[in-house]
Amino acid sequence: MERLRLATIWLGGCSGCHMSFLDLDEWLIELAQLADIVYSPLIDVKTFPANVDVTLVEGAVANEDHFHFIQVVRANSRVLVGFGDCAVTGNVTAMRNSLGSALPVLQRGYLELADVHKQIPNDTSVVPRLLDRVLPVHQVVPVDFFLPGCPPPAPRIRAVLENIVQGKPPHLEGRDLKFG
Amino acid sequence: MSVVTLTINGQLVSARAGDTILTAAREAGIDIPTLCYVDGLSAHGGCRICLVEIAGSPRLQPACFMKVGEGMEVQTDTERLRGYRRTIVELLFAEGNHICSVCVANGACELQDMAITVGMDHDRFDYIHPNRQVDLSHDRFGIDHNRCILCTRCIRACDELEGAHTWDMAGRGSHSKVITDLNEPWGESQTCTSCGKCFMACPTGAIFQKGDTVAETDHPRAKLEFLVNAREKKQWNV
Ligand code: SF4
Ligand code: SF4
Ligand code: SF4
Ligand code: FES
Repeated sequence: MERLRLATIWLGGCSGCHMSFLDLDEWLIELAQLADIVYSPLIDVKTFPANVDVTLVEGAVANEDHFHFIQVVRANSRVLVGFGDCAVTGNVTAMRNSLGSALPVLQRGYLELADVHKQIPNDTSVVPRLLDRVLPVHQVVPVDFFLPGCPPPAPRIRAVLENIVQGKPPHLEGRDLKFG
Repeated sequence: MSVVTLTINGQLVSARAGDTILTAAREAGIDIPTLCYVDGLSAHGGCRICLVEIAGSPRLQPACFMKVGEGMEVQTDTERLRGYRRTIVELLFAEGNHICSVCVANGACELQDMAITVGMDHDRFDYIHPNRQVDLSHDRFGIDHNRCILCTRCIRACDELEGAHTWDMAGRGSHSKVITDLNEPWGESQTCTSCGKCFMACPTGAIFQKGDTVAETDHPRAKLEFLVNAREKKQWNV
């Protein structure tokens, strides 16, 4: 059987979903027999490769980098999985949306609460500009499967990946669909 | 007392004339999902989760309101109804700010459970992310309007069980909001007796006990049931 080309990315999230992925513990060894991780924040690859079978997307689309990167990822992934609540619903990352724009958050973080060097970063070559509205991934590019949870518990991740490596569409039901 | 016979999902069911379809169904062991309905409080018919199909009628009817009729043929779980129920839940999530991961009611919330029941793996609607407030002025309870689904359960519990009628609904459409007294801070309410019945009745993380943090609120629904039983059946079984 051909080895699965698996990628994981994180956008506007806390990396908790990736920590939960690492909680797969010894099953990761089994996964490593079946799949190559071709791109991930956990490995040292700089550019997103072509011909990826499955990409797990953690995090919401919160800045301009995310917005452009997710299109590249979508174009090069056969299956895109919304990985965790931030990707699926916007979750905590999108809480700032009710303030209307990114500015109140930047003001709070970089001006009101700063002790020294009060300044909102404006060099976009270093820090990408925040979008005024944080979006769940499926509002930017089509998403094939949704894996909710904050973070999704490891057995839930495993259930989805097991189906994918066997070439079956993942199917979650009951408490496995619980947000939060 | 006259008895009527009807079918629910093809199953022959007898019910008391004047019963709602919901009561008849539940007594026959057929569950119909509900959100705004609470046993022992008047029906409100606002959430539309309990909609059912009745043969011969093009209109869907809320089971918590619609009375049984002789020979009625009711369907409670068709493809079409499942589609509508999921849409309703998605609209509720899109309308408020439901961040389950940081909510007091995470794991003990009827809206969250309903999302599971209807199989909502994501929301197809754009989230509105309204700018709503939290009122922490009451000594024992708080209200987080971000989590409120406007089901009016608090209003009915406070009015019909406690007799205080502290709560009411203000505004229209998506600007609706539950208020205490004449839209004063809850803590300054002259009518609230601090009995906690609104907290017992609230299906979501909107009304919570102060001091409860993420995933710590569990609305004591059994207490509400006890009170209703005591009032209606004069049963005081603990
Ligand atoms: S009220 Fe229920 S659905 Fe809303 S955020 Fe809290 S747990 Fe989630
Ligand atoms: S605590 Fe009791 S009296 Fe006060 S608002 Fe709630 S139900 Fe009404
Ligand atoms: S506060 Fe709770 S009980 Fe009252 S309308 Fe909102 S969700 Fe319903
Ligand atoms: S439960 Fe019937 S309309 Fe809400």
